[in-house]
This record gives sequence, structure tokens and C-alpha cells, in this order.
Amino acid sequence: MFRDVFVRYRHKEKLKNKNYKLLERFYASLYLIRRTEEEIIRVYPTDKIKSPVHLSIGQEAVSAGVCAALNGRDVVFGTYRGHAMYLARGGSLKMMIAELYGKAAGCAGGRGGSMHLIDIGNMVMGTSAIVGTTIPISAGYAYGLKYRGSDSAVVSFFGDGAVDEGAFHEAMNFAALKKLPMLFVCENNLYAIHSHHLSRHHSDNICERAAVYGMPAQRIGDDIFSIYNTAKRLLKGVRSGRGPAFIECITCRWKEHVGPGDDFYLGYREKKEVRQAMKRDQLLEVRRLLGASAAGKIEKKIDGEIREAFEFAERSPFPAQEELYANVFKE
Amino acid sequence: MKRVLSYSEAIREATEQEMSRDPSVIVMGMGVDDPKAILGTTKGLAGRFGHERVFDTPLSEDGMTGLAIGAAMSGLRPIHVHIRMDFVLLALNQLINMASKLCYMYAGKISVPVVIRCIIGKSWGQGPQHSQSFYPLFMNIPGLKIAAPSTPYDAKGCLISAIRDNNPVIFVEHRLLYYQKGYCPRGPFTMDFGKARILSRGRDITLVGISHMAVECLRAKRYLQEKGIEAEVIDPVTLSPLDMERIEKSVIKTRKLIVVDNAWIPCGAGAEIISRIMENNSGGDFIFKRMGFAFTPCPTTPALEGSFYPNAKMIAAQAYKMLYPKAGQWKPKANLKIEEVEFNGPF
Ligand SMILES: Cc1ncc(C[n+]2csc(CCOP(=O)(O)OP(=O)(O)O)c2C)c(N)n1
Ligand SMILES: [Mg+2]
Repeated sequence: MFRDVFVRYRHKEKLKNKNYKLLERFYASLYLIRRTEEEIIRVYPTDKIKSPVHLSIGQEAVSAGVCAALNGRDVVFGTYRGHAMYLARGGSLKMMIAELYGKAAGCAGGRGGSMHLIDIGNMVMGTSAIVGTTIPISAGYAYGLKYRGSDSAVVSFFGDGAVDEGAFHEAMNFAALKKLPMLFVCENNLYAIHSHHLSRHHSDNICERAAVYGMPAQRIGDDIFSIYNTAKRLLKGVRSGRGPAFIECITCRWKEHVGPGDDFYLGYREKKEVRQAMKRDQLLEVRRLLGASAAGKIEKKIDGEIREAFEFAERSPFPAQEELYANVFKE
Repeated sequence: MKRVLSYSEAIREATEQEMSRDPSVIVMGMGVDDPKAILGTTKGLAGRFGHERVFDTPLSEDGMTGLAIGAAMSGLRPIHVHIRMDFVLLALNQLINMASKLCYMYAGKISVPVVIRCIIGKSWGQGPQHSQSFYPLFMNIPGLKIAAPSTPYDAKGCLISAIRDNNPVIFVEHRLLYYQKGYCPRGPFTMDFGKARILSRGRDITLVGISHMAVECLRAKRYLQEKGIEAEVIDPVTLSPLDMERIEKSVIKTRKLIVVDNAWIPCGAGAEIISRIMENNSGGDFIFKRMGFAFTPCPTTPALEGSFYPNAKMIAAQAYKMLYPKAGQWKPKANLKIEEVEFNGPF
């Protein structure tokens, strides 16, 4: 099952146009997400990050691939598993780590934590801890863009669990009806917490369901090249006024649902599943294509940024007590 | 030796005993049959009773609540479990427009025996969307019963009563209570809804604590003892119906009342309890205070979370101020021994 989506691209095809710029971009994005989360894992036992973390490790290529296909003013909405999307879209690393530390300099002043990342200047419109809530909101934002005659698009990231919610279907219907400029991206990592997609859905047909609402829908694996190419192609249609489109990426969460560890001890999935996914690791794949020396340069730069971001978070002050009552309403 | 159980074990035991007594009892909800088994409260149930009676649901709170109501109409007794009360917001339409009204709207021809188990969370960065307790909202709705017990004994008795009740019951469980241990009889037993529990007697001031705040009130009582103050601590146990008689009797004795809500204060349980006392005792010279969450969404950062929730020391300081308005502020020093409380009766 699901194997068909992992047909490997031949490297020749991937590098058809020798787009090293793009390769570098992919690598920087994948490496930034992976290393940042690894650093979160390292710090987590100290309890300095008092916020539940839902790690994206293993799923980085979805955000990295889709966000590489976006234009300057395209916005993204996502979920509590939002580190990858936030970073791939260009959200400030410093402000994200400060947010995880609960510091005043965090992207939400410390009030949000890991599950509520936002960076409006970089077109990250927020992530929610309530499954499905950002899907209709993305559609509403797309309605606003269309209304104002903008040529930007909205991307809504969500998991296979969100597909169960009524709000998903209601938003899909309306988005198709009004030809809203948006791309739905379902990151199907096969599980909602410990519950398998096929124990919640009659059959493996998320993509077909999207299609019957009236939009092009495509299922792909977590190969960053196919994600990028598919997003690019579908967004073209979205921008030309043809209405929304849908991508389902079959992917794998390597870590536990929430927290920094592994979860094989729970027995709800086989180690084999994750091991197989690790063989498809896009970080290593892109690194190989890019070559060690080009990759090394990128790594060095990003390692420095990550070190700086954590140091910044460590030494930043906590919000002052008065902050508790600030921003309940917009002045 | 009295039999001691934790709160979460008491919930599990009540469910298991009712399921074996009555084949119409089913358990549904996200994660009820997964390895973590709702923090252990549904552990082993799927194994013992099968997946037709204990089943995971899709992430469809609204639809699944309708499903539970329909199943109840057909003669089952569903227990629908929500790992966080925040998610119950998606089910409000079915709960309020349907479950609470069907019996009345159809002149008693239909009953909806469902239990909605709602777990509320706190602290450690749960943040704005994972920390809310909406029992005040449900208190505003006729046709719903609400229980929010704080001891293992009451958790077991109330849950069994809730399952046997022919009406929808919102059953509120605070995560921090799960590790609370206390006496709990082995066999099944029921408790009458609308009976508050006096957790500790005292003559100087009445502290009413809801759900986990009952524990904070017991701690506050211990802090107050340092000052020679004896607080009476009451847990209403059920919020709809509410045992006003017992609370009122205590307040008439102490003339001072603090209600500590495990929620925001406006239109909350505190407002309700205090208004009812006022309505029944016009002219009574009582002093009242409501405490509860700061009137903001819950911040994630530990720097602000501490001032968001009322705690034992704040309650004790408030009580002292009401007893000795002229004495100047007193704030107890944190004391770990005091913070460890277990309620062991009398029942
Ligand atoms: C409305 C709602 N119901 C339940 C939950 C509890 N919950 C948190 S994450 C999650 C699983 C979501 O799975 P999926 O959409 O596949 O995303 P993933 O975690 O796999 O990225 C659930 C059930 C929630 N946060 N919101
Ligand atoms: Mg998933």
C-alpha cells in the first residue's frame, strides 16, 4: 500500500535544467528544519521549553517543497505541527525559538508557544492547536485576496486527521464553489496521534474525495522534487483563476506525536514503517545531488544561525507581569 | 485498611463495572482504544469488551456527538470521551440544540442517556486552546446535568450515576486530579446528583472550590491554619443541579464565602452560587469573593501562566484579607508539605 507514490525520479530528470539554485534552496530549507528540531530535542529535557512540541522531522520535504514554489506574497496557514511550515516559508528562527522558550521576544510574545507560530511579515499567518480550524480560515483569507484583486494565493497545510472534520469539507466545497485562489496540502503521515488513516476512513481515497468537490487533486510521495513540481504546476492554475487545487503528500512522522522522543514502545506502528521512510530521507538525497562541499557551506551558515537563535532565546527576558492583560483586544 | 485508588483508576473501575453490568454501555472517542488509553482511564476495556463496545472515532466531534445521541435514542448508553474539553466546542450544536432538548421537546417520549467525559488541562504550556473548562457555559443550559468531582470516591460514584442517568451528563475531569489518591470502595455505588461534599469543616470562612480548585482550597485551608483560621472547604461535586442548601448553611455559619472557579469568573459558578445566596437571604450581611482565571486567554509562557490561575496561596491571602481587612496584606510562604493533600474522608 502507498508504494506507488514513491516511484523514484531518475536523477537525470531531477536535474534536467541543472537548477543548482533550487537545489541549494531545498537543502537550506530541509537542513534548517531538521537541525532546528534536533536542537529542540537536545534542549527539551532541561525544561527550558515549557511547551508541547509536535516535531516535523521526516515531513520536512512537504513544507520545503511547497514553500519553494510560492511567490512573494503567498500566505500559509498550518497546524500545531508547524515548525517546518513556519521555517520553510521564511519565518524568523530567532523569534520562533524565543517563542518556544516563552520569552517576550517570541513571535507571539511567549503566549503561544510551539503550537502557535506566526510571522506576518514573512507571510506565515498562524498555526492552531485545534485540528481543522485553519482550513476554513485559509479559505476566508483566499476569499479576501480574490475580493481585493490580489494575485497571491493561500496554502493551507493540515494532516490526514483534519480530513475527518466537517470544517474541512465545508471549506473545500466553498473554495471550489467560489474558485478561491488556494492550495490545500494534506500531509498524510498515516496517523492521527496513534489512529491509522484506514481505521478512520472507509478507504484510501482522500484525494478522490477532494477531486469530487471540483478541483484538481493529486497524490504524491514525500520526494521534494515531485512536491515542488506539483505545487508549482497546480499553483499556476490557481493563480489563473481556475480555483483551488489539492495535494496529498504521503509522508512519515519519525518522532512521537507530541514530544521529542521515539514512540515504537507503544506498538501502534512498526519500526519498519519509519525505517523505510528514513531510506527516502530527502535531506540526504538532496545533499548527495548537491555535493558535499556546497552542502557544507550551507550547513555551516545554518548551524551558526541556529546557535545564535538559541543563545538569543536563552538570554532574552520573560514577558513582564502586566503583559498578562495586554492584547485581549486590539487597541 | 481502607481501599485507596487514584482518581483515574476510579474512573476506569466505574466504567468497567458498568460495562459488565449493562451491555448497552459503550465507550467511544478519539484514542479510547489506543496504547495511551485516555491517560489510562479506558485501559483494557477494548480487550475485555471488544471493539464494538469500545471504539476509536474519526476526528469528527460534531458528527460523533450526533451519533452518540442517536445511539442513545436507540437504547444504548454511550460514554463519549474527549481528551480535552476544548474539543467539545465542536460538539456544542448537537449537545445544546439536540441532546439537551429532545426529552422536553418531545414531551418526555425520548431520552438521551449519554455521558460526555471532558478532561480539562492545566499548566506546562498547554496554552490558550488546551486549557479551557467550559462548565459555566453548560450550567446555562437546561436539560444538561454537570458533574465535576474532585475525589476518587466521588469520581467513581458520580460516573456510575451519570451512566445510569437517562439524561445527558457533562462529566468534567481535571487532569491534575488524576494522580490524586483516596478511599474508594471496590463495589459499584451511585451518588445523588445535587449533593455537595464538605471536604473539611471550619467555622471562620467558607471556601467553595470547583474541580481541581477544591484541592487548592484544601491547601489554602492548611496555609490559613498557620494564622489560626479554620476554613470550611466545600466541593459542589455537581454543578447542575447545584446543592445550594449545604453551601448556604455553611455561609450562614461563617458569613464569608470565596468561590474559586476553575474557569473564568464572569457568569461562572461563583456568580451563580453567590446570587442564589443573596436571593434567599436578603439583608444578610455576608462578604463574598469570586476567584478564577485571569480574564484573558491562557498564556503559554510559564512567566505569565502563574498569575493566570488562582492557587492555594492566593486563596489563603484573599481569605485572610476578608477576615482581617485592617491587618494589612499577608501572603503565605510556599510550603511543599502543605501542597501535598489527599482527601481521605469522611464520605
Ligand atoms: C478538534 C480537535 N480534535 C482533537 C484534537 C486532538 N488532536 C490533536 S492532534 C490530533 C491528531 C491530528 O492528526 P493529523 O491531522 O493527521 O495531524 P498530525 O498530527 O499527524 O500532523 C488530535 C486528534 C484536536 N487538537 N482538535
Ligand atoms: Mg497525521
